[in-house]
Amino acid sequence: MLSLSHYLILGAILFSIGVMGIFLNRKNLIVLLMAIELMLLAVNINFIAFSHYMNDIAGQVFVFFILAVAAAESAIGLAILIAMFRNLGTIHVDDLDSLKG
Amino acid sequence: MNFAAPDFFPAAAEIFVAVMALAVMLSTTFARNIARSLAYALAQFTLLVTAFITIFTLDTVVINDFGGMFVHDLLGGILKLVVCFAMMIALLYGRAYLAERRLDRPEYYLLALLMMLGMMVMITANHLLPLYIGLEMMSLSLYALAAFDRDNACSTEAGMKYFVLGALASGLLLYGMSMVYGATGALELPAVAQAVAGQTANKTVLLFGLVFLVAGISFKLGVAPFHMWVPDVYQGAPTPVTLILSSAPKLAAFALALRLLAVALPGLAGHWQTMLMLVAAASIVLGNLAALVQHNIKRMLAYSGISHMGFMLLGLLSGGGGTADSTIVAYSGAMFYAIAYALMTLAAFGMVMLLSRAGFDAGEIEDFKGLNRRSPWFAVLMLFVMFSMAGIPFFIGFFAKFAVLEAVIAAGHLWLAALAVVMSLIGAFYYLRIVKLMYFDEPLDNAPISASPELQLMLSVNGVAIAALGLMPGTLLSLCRTALAASSITG
Repeated sequence: MLSLSHYLILGAILFSIGVMGIFLNRKNLIVLLMAIELMLLAVNINFIAFSHYMNDIAGQVFVFFILAVAAAESAIGLAILIAMFRNLGTIHVDDLDSLKG
Repeated sequence: MNFAAPDFFPAAAEIFVAVMALAVMLSTTFARNIARSLAYALAQFTLLVTAFITIFTLDTVVINDFGGMFVHDLLGGILKLVVCFAMMIALLYGRAYLAERRLDRPEYYLLALLMMLGMMVMITANHLLPLYIGLEMMSLSLYALAAFDRDNACSTEAGMKYFVLGALASGLLLYGMSMVYGATGALELPAVAQAVAGQTANKTVLLFGLVFLVAGISFKLGVAPFHMWVPDVYQGAPTPVTLILSSAPKLAAFALALRLLAVALPGLAGHWQTMLMLVAAASIVLGNLAALVQHNIKRMLAYSGISHMGFMLLGLLSGGGGTADSTIVAYSGAMFYAIAYALMTLAAFGMVMLLSRAGFDAGEIEDFKGLNRRSPWFAVLMLFVMFSMAGIPFFIGFFAKFAVLEAVIAAGHLWLAALAVVMSLIGAFYYLRIVKLMYFDEPLDNAPISASPELQLMLSVNGVAIAALGLMPGTLLSLCRTALAASSITG
């Protein structure tokens, strides 16, 4: 039987993969956007698991809002990515180095 | 099941901004030829009317609305009012700069209004959901604004960096919220506080969540060690956007911190105060030291902003745990600091805008050389701003620092107060360096100040306000105290 802590551990693992993806990834900005998405989805697993085990519907409602915001977030992220690609001709993370001081 | 319609009246200001944002979008689509000035006029009109609505609905009575998701209180009212004025000033300062670079597209003002709405939702939130939605609404608009100069590699790079780190911060905050929900079973902030006070919550899960919440809040405030986006974004974004970014959102982030930590989790005050203490000390040290070696004025002001936000946290971390009265005094010190900082940063970036003209960005500190020869009046105003930021007596910045340091000492953290004073002495060097450049160096170019008259007028009002409020800080400080005493925050 799966318990609440199984879901929480799954959520924590996915969240850590997401955070690692942001910090370790030096190659591709698209992968970075995917990592951000993974973080938000890990949070959704948490909310749904808590909501189910506490018999409280509010957590599941919260998830719908997170999904909507995540969609808006990727839209903005991809838009900025395209604008950046037009200027720099690259989407490598390492090439984002013109602002330093 | 019956459905009771919520009372829409307390949210009149928010509803008005939402409707007007849509009106800006529609009207500028149909009136293409006058879209640029129409959008600007509509945005300023909206902010003005919102300010009036907020003033007329200011009340010390706390109203919970929309099923406990929304709270109408004096604290929210005052913060909304200041945010509103900050946005009006920021849009006014940026107007000519954007027009000269053909950046004053209607979308700019649309995004500014949507961001305004997000901040208002955040300020009046009484539930984790509107807090998150408001935060995202503000942040998403800001990401787009930072990359607004889309043909400029620096601007898009700043937008991308801000987006990635901002999204990471939202993720951390959200993860913390899910843990708080799991531990307490509640999403309304007062219900969370109740569950924590009643010992029914799982302490381990709660503390685990709290760490993420504090990390998320620190990211949004831009304090060390979560500050790495601040200098890059301030430098890369178009100056009017930097101006917006450095003023109003800091107040909204202050409201976020207050609602999450002081309203929802006063039961864990001992824990988050320790975390904030480390964050505040780190940002005061790092901000002041890194600002010393900057030659770009926007970057310098970014580091100075990091240290100012650290100072603001000094007030926030001194409340709670003590008596109700000392808590109010400490939080009102932080609120006063946030408002004072907004006023100073508006004036400082306004000065950068004043010196810029078509085809020339006053990005370097050297551009301030010999300002006294070019315009003695604006040199005096810049002197006010720099003295105030350095915390030299009888400007508003001094009283703001005084208020938070008083609170820190009252809370018994003498070492923190000593550190803050020493670092602000070191910090005074880079503020005074600008004063020295203005008065004792030869100007690099002798072009007369050609900024628009409304910018010059507003900047004068802004600069004089810094000096005038420094002569009578009591009014604003007692207003902050009344606002916090009337809110749902207790000791």
